[in-house]
Amino acid sequence: MAATTSAPHRVKGSRIGPKRGGASYRARRDHHVHNVANPERFGSVAVGAALIAYGLKQRDAKGLLAALLGGAFVQRGATGYCMVYDALGVSTGDADAVLGRHRSDVTGAAATVNARKAVKVERAVTIARPRHELYAFWRDFTNLPQFMEHLESVRVDSPMRSHWTAKGPAGSVEWEAEIVNDVPDEIIAWKSVGDPDVANAGAVNFSDAPGDRGTIVKVTLDYEPPGGKLGAFVARLFGEDPDRQVREDLRKFKQLMETGAITTSARRREDSAYVGSTPQE
Amino acid sequence: MRAVTWQGTRKLSVDTVPDPEIVQQGDVVVKISATAICGSDLHLYDHYIASMQKGDILGHEFMGEVVDVGREVKNLKIGDRIVVPFPISCGRCWYCRQGMFGACDNSNPNAEMFEALYGATSGAGIFGYSHMFGGYSGGQAEYARVPYADVGPIKVPDGVSDEQVLFLSDILPTGWQAALRGEIQPGDTVAVWGCGPVGYFTIQSAWLQGAARVIAIDRFPERLALARDVGKAEVINYDETDDLVELLKEMTGGEGPNVCIDAVGMEAHGHGFLATSDRIKQTLRLEMDRPTVVRQAIQSAAKGGRVSLIGVYAGFIDKFPLGAFFGKALRMAAGQCDVQKFLPDLLQRVLDGDFDTTSIISHRVGLDDAPHAYEIFAEKKDGCTKVVMRP
Repeated sequence: MAATTSAPHRVKGSRIGPKRGGASYRARRDHHVHNVANPERFGSVAVGAALIAYGLKQRDAKGLLAALLGGAFVQRGATGYCMVYDALGVSTGDADAVLGRHRSDVTGAAATVNARKAVKVERAVTIARPRHELYAFWRDFTNLPQFMEHLESVRVDSPMRSHWTAKGPAGSVEWEAEIVNDVPDEIIAWKSVGDPDVANAGAVNFSDAPGDRGTIVKVTLDYEPPGGKLGAFVARLFGEDPDRQVREDLRKFKQLMETGAITTSARRREDSAYVGSTPQE
Repeated sequence: MRAVTWQGTRKLSVDTVPDPEIVQQGDVVVKISATAICGSDLHLYDHYIASMQKGDILGHEFMGEVVDVGREVKNLKIGDRIVVPFPISCGRCWYCRQGMFGACDNSNPNAEMFEALYGATSGAGIFGYSHMFGGYSGGQAEYARVPYADVGPIKVPDGVSDEQVLFLSDILPTGWQAALRGEIQPGDTVAVWGCGPVGYFTIQSAWLQGAARVIAIDRFPERLALARDVGKAEVINYDETDDLVELLKEMTGGEGPNVCIDAVGMEAHGHGFLATSDRIKQTLRLEMDRPTVVRQAIQSAAKGGRVSLIGVYAGFIDKFPLGAFFGKALRMAAGQCDVQKFLPDLLQRVLDGDFDTTSIISHRVGLDDAPHAYEIFAEKKDGCTKVVMRP
C-alpha cells in the first residue's frame, strides 16, 4: 500500500455518486489519486528518464515520440497516477482509487498487468441501441466470440470467473478472467488471474450518446503481448495490431446489434464467415 | 451465370461464374432483366479507384425479378419486379434512420479499407464498386444477391417498361439530389457541368425544382444536343470558349450562376496549365482527382451561390480556390445519393411522365458486348451516351 496523503479523502468525497459515464473523466482531471504503488513509481521514473535520454539523442520523429512517452512515464511515477489504471478501475496503490469510483464490494483489485510491459488500447463506437441491451449481450461472455475475430471460446465458470481461449500469433492462448467491476448498464471490468498465457485487464463502458443516437461503447484494454512490446510491433506488421482488432471487433458488435447480423458481401454462403440472420423487429 | 468481370485497367471479360444465393435471411436474389453502365463505372474501368481485384463483377444500375427470398424479408416475394438502388443500406443505423442512406454505417464490410485509403469514415457499401466499397458483386450479370432487401429495392408495376424505371437505381435520383442540394430558389440560374446521363437528369430535375434558367456545359455534340433538345437548356461547348468562367458571368449579367452543379467528377477534362498539371499529377498519383470543374464552379458562382458536387471524387486535390469560396459566401454540398429516400416520389413522377428517361439511351446490347460497350462509352465514340444491357 502506498503512503497516503489527505488528498484521496477529499477526492473521494467529491466523487461519490458518480453520474453515468462522467466519473472517469472527472478522475482524469483530478490527478491527486495514487493508483500506482511506490516501487512501480520509482521504476516508472527510471524508464521514463531512459526514454527521454534515448529520444533526445535520436533527434528524429521516432526520438521525439520516445521522449514524449518518457515524459509520460516520469509524470506517472512522480504523481503516482496512471490514466490507464484509472480507466480500468485498477490500482496498485490506494484502494480508494478504485473503490471511490465504482462499487464498494470490489476488493483486492490489484493490477495483474505489468504496466512497463503492457500495451494499451482504447476504442469507442456509437451504437443505435439502448444501453441495457448492449450491456446484457456483452455481459454474457459466451456471446463475445460471435464478433471478436480472435476469440475462440469463453466458458463461464461462475458469476465472476470465466475461462477464455483465443487465437494467438503462435497457436491458442488461454487465461482465467475475474470480473473486478460490474455495474449493470454501465461498466464491466475484468482482469486475468492465476498464470495466464497473456496477462490482461480490460473494461467496457456503456454511456448514453447525445440525442437519439443510442449508446457509446468504449473498450479499454491493457495487456502484455507475448514477446513483449517487440512482439506487439511485429504482430502489427502482420496486421495483427490489437488496436485494429478492437476497432474491427467493435464495428462487428455494432453491425450485430443494429442489424442482427455481421455484414458480409459474399455472393455465396461458402464464401462468408458470417452467415447470420437479420433481426425481428 | 454470365457476368461482366474486371480483369485490369481497361480490361474486362464476360465469364461464367457461380450463381449468387441467399447468404443472410434479409437477402433476395434477383434475376436481372436490364442493367446499365454508369459513368462512375468508368473510374473502375480506368482504375482510378483502388482496391479492384481480378474477377470482380461490375455494375450498380440494375433491375429484375425476385427469384429467391430470405426468411426475414417481409416486403418482397418471388415474382416481384424491382429496381435496386446502388447504395446498400441497412435501414437501422442512425444515418439510415435520418434518411441518409448513402451514409449507412453498417453495409460496408470493408469500411476499414475505405478509412485507410480515404482517411475518412466510410459510407454505404455499393454494388460492384471495388473492395473498399464493400466487395459486393455487381449487377452486370444474370443474377445478383441483394442484402437488406426490405430497405433498398422498390417494386415497380407491370405496365411500365424496364427503360422507363431502370435509372431509378442511380442516375435519376442522383441528378435529382444534385439539384436539391443546390437549394434552387425562384429566379435562380442553374449551371450544370457535364451533360452525361447524370447531367441529363440533373437538368430535368432543376426545371422541376423551379429553376428560371438552366445552362449546360459539355464538349460532345451529341450530349449538348440532348441537353438542348430534351433538357431545354442553354448549352455551352467549352471547347469553343477561352474562358468558361467569364462566359458564364457574361451570360448572367455579370452575376454568375446561383447554383453550380458538378456532374463530372474526378476525371474532368479541361484546358490550360492547371488542367495539364492536374493530369500529370493524377497519372503520377500525386493528386487523385482532376478538380477542373470544382474550381470553375467556385470561381463562376454568384455571391451566396451553392456548389453541388455529384460527380465522384476519391482523394485529394490541389489549388482549391478557397478565397473565392469564402469571399462569395458560397455553400458546397457533396456525397453519394440517398437513393432510397427519393424512390417513392420519383417513381410516381416517372409514371406521371415528368422525366424523359429513354432519349439518353444510345446503345442497347447483350452482356457479351460489355467490353466493347465500355470502350465506346469511355471514349465517347459512336455517339455513345448511355448503354443498357439485357442479360
